[in-house]
Amino acid sequence: MSLNPSQLKHVAHLSRIALEESKIPALVQDLNAILAFAEQLKDGRLDDLAPMAHPLDQQQPLRADVVSETNQRDILLKGAPATEQGLFLVPKVIE
Amino acid sequence: MSDYLQSLSHLRAGLDSGIFSARELTQYYLDRVSRFDGALNAFITKTPERALAAADEADQRLAAGERAPLLGIPYAHKDIFCTAGVRTTCASKMLGDWVAPYDATVHQKLNAAGAVLLGKTNMDEFAMGSSNENSAFGAVKNPWDHAAVPGGSSGGSAAAVAARLVPVATGTDTGGSIRQPAAYCGITGIKPTYGRVSRFGMIAYASSLDQGGVLAGSAEDCALMLQAMAGHDPRDSTSANQPVPDYVTELDQPLAGLRVGVPRQWFTAGLDSVVAARIETAIAELESMGAQRVDIDLPDAELALAAYYLIAPAEASSNLSRFDGVRFGYRCAEPRDLNDLYERSRSEGFGEEVQRRILIGTYALSAGYYDAFYGRAQKARRQIAANFEAAFRDCDVIAGPVAPTVAFDLGAHMSDPATMYLEDIYTIPVNLAGLPGMSVPVGFSGSRPVGMQLIGSPFTEGRLLAVAHQYQQRTDWHQQIPAAYREGAA
Repeated sequence: MSLNPSQLKHVAHLSRIALEESKIPALVQDLNAILAFAEQLKDGRLDDLAPMAHPLDQQQPLRADVVSETNQRDILLKGAPATEQGLFLVPKVIE
Repeated sequence: MSDYLQSLSHLRAGLDSGIFSARELTQYYLDRVSRFDGALNAFITKTPERALAAADEADQRLAAGERAPLLGIPYAHKDIFCTAGVRTTCASKMLGDWVAPYDATVHQKLNAAGAVLLGKTNMDEFAMGSSNENSAFGAVKNPWDHAAVPGGSSGGSAAAVAARLVPVATGTDTGGSIRQPAAYCGITGIKPTYGRVSRFGMIAYASSLDQGGVLAGSAEDCALMLQAMAGHDPRDSTSANQPVPDYVTELDQPLAGLRVGVPRQWFTAGLDSVVAARIETAIAELESMGAQRVDIDLPDAELALAAYYLIAPAEASSNLSRFDGVRFGYRCAEPRDLNDLYERSRSEGFGEEVQRRILIGTYALSAGYYDAFYGRAQKARRQIAANFEAAFRDCDVIAGPVAPTVAFDLGAHMSDPATMYLEDIYTIPVNLAGLPGMSVPVGFSGSRPVGMQLIGSPFTEGRLLAVAHQYQQRTDWHQQIPAAYREGAA
């Protein structure tokens, strides 16, 4: 189970990470060294085990459907790199 | 003041009896930070003005007759805990000047307890690393040996406590990030049971593994700090709704008859022989105090490593998708279009290791690979948890190494991430199973400290702290101070 350069480019796009062409060979090598650990997962003992998502198998608690947070738009916008009129600003999406 | 610096309970006595004020104590530690942190780089942000104001407030509460365990006690936060009004960077260019709009629950609790925040400590970016070299704010040095790493990811907190720049600090541990730096820096650290400490306002790396905890000078100090941090939090849906015991009272529970499990598979060729010898000596000390050694089986460390390095990146790739150049922090210059904005903001804002883990995680979760990687890793996680359950039928606590070696040299593993990951082989299984774990200093190999790991079944932090505390009543490894930082410290 290893990753080739074209798969890496696809995964980078899914991750929204720009890759410099020159860095791809070394990155493929690093990632495959990490993915080599995954060979261990072929262990047949695992076949019938249930996947474990929470370490203590805790149930997701439910809370009452009541308002707990108030509108904090101005405070939240302060952390954004560009805003205007109470909105996040991004490059034009539709011409 | 110098007679009162060796523990939080000594500081408490000094403050309560008026021998020094919280302001004087805060100034003492601020002076140490100014004097020594240039060499260490343990702090990303120092907050002296806020610290002195908080100390004055603590002095008023003391003057009004209030007595509380952490009132007026200085501390530092790993820079992963959100603090309104003070920037929270996660050691990333992505959040270089980001100020959280709210406080983490842990911060609220420590504020309410009257503890005095001195600043925010350096770490591996987004808590991804085992050496603190993956920081946009530069590497941290190990106070015992400036050629060595302090460990990671909570390396700044560990170095600051070891150099006595703060008496106690917070940390987080996803795969060993409290225990390993505590071991490398010769201090005591505890990673509680998953869910024991609220994750609200603790920037997420791998949500099913992340857990906040403490780095301190002793098990007793860990107990005092954890007492204030632990507890159910309705704002964290994974927070454990379990009562918090009185950890300080539990420190004195007897060790007689306690079964200490020693995993056969952990004392093999992969473990440095001096590290193994120091831990064996410490286990013998526990036996001399009435504990009973039981050799146990704890297989599948490599399986755990494989599972961790898929589960943690998978969760990270999802958690870190929020850093899009739109809502938080860093944005690239002059984006051509929205996709260019996302891609360049993320590749310029995240460091190399963070990008590696996002890529691995995205791959592990992508169509056609999910079952083989993420699904299979979650099955392995079940196996690891079952192995611990079986082990705890024969013993009460597990004792073993924290890491295969003592602190390695700065730069030693930077060119080979997979080798760096092997550092976590004894700590990762504990996170996968959600168990509490500690690191306790048990000696040195040359100039570099050795830590022993203690592991318990869920919610037995009190017992782990008791084992460590009673060991520390008979040994003084935890009281050693690195030579370069001894002047003016106690």
